[in-house]
Amino acid sequence: MMAVRRFLSGGWLATYAFLYVVFLYLPVIFLPIFSVNTAATPKFPLTGFTLHWYEDLPRTPALLDAAWNSMIVGVSAAVLSTVLGILAARSITRYRYPGRSTIHGLIMAPLVLPEVIVAISMLLVMLQLGLSLSLFTVVLGHVLVCIPYSMTVLTSGFEGFDRSLEEASADLGESAFGTFRRVTLPMVAPAIISSLLVCFTISLDEFIIAFFLTGTEATLPIYIWGQLRFAAKLPGVLALGTLLLVASFLLMTVAEILRRRAARRTQNEGGLYA
Amino acid sequence: MPEQQQRSMIEIKNVTRSYGAFKALDDASLTIREGEFFSLLGPSGCGKTTLLRMIAGFDNPTSGSISVGGQPMEGIPANRRPTNMVFQSYAIFPHLNVEQNVAYGLKRLKLQGGEEKRRVEEALAQVSLTGLGKRLATELSGGQRQRVALARALVMRPKVLLLDEPLSALDKKLREQMQVELRRLQQAVGITFVLVTHDQYEALAMSDRIAVMFGGRIAQVASPKEIYQRPVTRQVADFLGGMNFVKAQIVEESGASLVVDTLGFGRIKTDKPKAFVRNGGGATLGIRPERLRVLWDNATAKFEVAGKVVERHYFGEITHLIVEIPGLEKPLSVTETNDFGADDIPVGTSIRLAYDPEALVAMAD
Repeated sequence: MMAVRRFLSGGWLATYAFLYVVFLYLPVIFLPIFSVNTAATPKFPLTGFTLHWYEDLPRTPALLDAAWNSMIVGVSAAVLSTVLGILAARSITRYRYPGRSTIHGLIMAPLVLPEVIVAISMLLVMLQLGLSLSLFTVVLGHVLVCIPYSMTVLTSGFEGFDRSLEEASADLGESAFGTFRRVTLPMVAPAIISSLLVCFTISLDEFIIAFFLTGTEATLPIYIWGQLRFAAKLPGVLALGTLLLVASFLLMTVAEILRRRAARRTQNEGGLYA
Repeated sequence: MPEQQQRSMIEIKNVTRSYGAFKALDDASLTIREGEFFSLLGPSGCGKTTLLRMIAGFDNPTSGSISVGGQPMEGIPANRRPTNMVFQSYAIFPHLNVEQNVAYGLKRLKLQGGEEKRRVEEALAQVSLTGLGKRLATELSGGQRQRVALARALVMRPKVLLLDEPLSALDKKLREQMQVELRRLQQAVGITFVLVTHDQYEALAMSDRIAVMFGGRIAQVASPKEIYQRPVTRQVADFLGGMNFVKAQIVEESGASLVVDTLGFGRIKTDKPKAFVRNGGGATLGIRPERLRVLWDNATAKFEVAGKVVERHYFGEITHLIVEIPGLEKPLSVTETNDFGADDIPVGTSIRLAYDPEALVAMAD
């Protein structure tokens, strides 16, 4: 054990950590680099700087359609999974009943199910139900994969919510609805917004389920997939990819900040007993 | 408490609360008077909090009835009851500042022309929080949070203020200070206070009357002095501090009194407690350790017992002596203040103890 520690402390730990991060992020770094390169093929050495590929993006009608579709799907999936997530998270954090942890486990399960299998199964179910493939079926598929994330964010925001806060509100004359509006909602609002952002981001980037369940209307990842067949379109795809990356990163950061704020807010009261 | 304020405020009649086979409260009946400081005292799980929550409307009796201010509370939810509560966790709304917390319940009343602001300020002044209105709950100390919780309830001008172990989260010094303040506040506002506590000193120090509860039942309801000096059962006596129990034989039993023989204290005539049930010829008497006084040198008393010191424990202002008395199966414990040198009595010394036969009370087992 001592030998291992000495080995690690001799700068090896830092090297390992550095390589780890490089491995994680190097491929991602290439995306923005080649998206501002003048050459149409992603190859070193770089030939020159240009924003030409970015300027082309808004002039591509198919891309704008795809972006709009992604927006609709993302917002719908985010709202639906967050609403369902609120109900489930509230029940799981607030009440004790038989089968509670089993239900929790089952709700979280889509997180580890192979996505391609889920996509195929959903396709079968949709067809059996007689639904024609459209953005609506994509939304349903995305709700399924978003709920576990929504649950994670919301349970961390709801946990430690001191029940006596709601009792205090009732005690001071407020109705059940008034209590929800004046106490419960403001306390958990950051968690709810965080859940919306996380779900939107996941839906925005999701490919496999969208690929199986969409009809003729492409979402952004599907549009990108389609463009990859044409070598000349690659720089445009890289530029679009960079924008998606930045958007996802920003949304997730805001979501995490809000989630932490919500968790801290509800747990403040709990800390009092200590 | 002035004698004229004897009208009843809360009537609890045969209230039982069962959870399956378990009875959290078992046929409890109680009258709490208008304007009094009333305490529900007992160990955890005795049903005191259940009873308080039923008065507040957070729980309902399985059977029996509760009325507040002459109005039956059955079917009336917590938000429409004339009671307000100070929660054990204080339940301060963390997303609101002190002022907004205190004004929370007033918002619904839609008060005109600055009345709301005036009442909030008055309530903050009552709990000495003037000037802290803009602070967030997270910026307050435990004692200040407690004051916010008090102001938030008092500002509603309830008929009854319910306090659920309000001092248990505070440290000892602050707790003692708040006991005095709470008592003073209650006398100033004249509202009926119902306090739940497991701390006997807290109950004794603050209350006009106390109900001592065990296992879902009310064992005794009386003034602090009577509860302490004349406990009706061994359990009550034990819960409220030290008590020497002495076995006795009943010589004569009449309506309100008992005459008993003891080996150590001789023949004693005493009041018969209400809950007393004769169990053969035996009875139990009790005397508080501070009601036994050490007789120094050649001093004599009308009533005295002789014994030998077997243990001595020093507690600063008092000394605890354990004294063996011939004929008593258990040695007596005696507390003496240290002004005459009780802390210097060597173990093994023969001493005499003076007592007042009035201090020996009969109680049910």
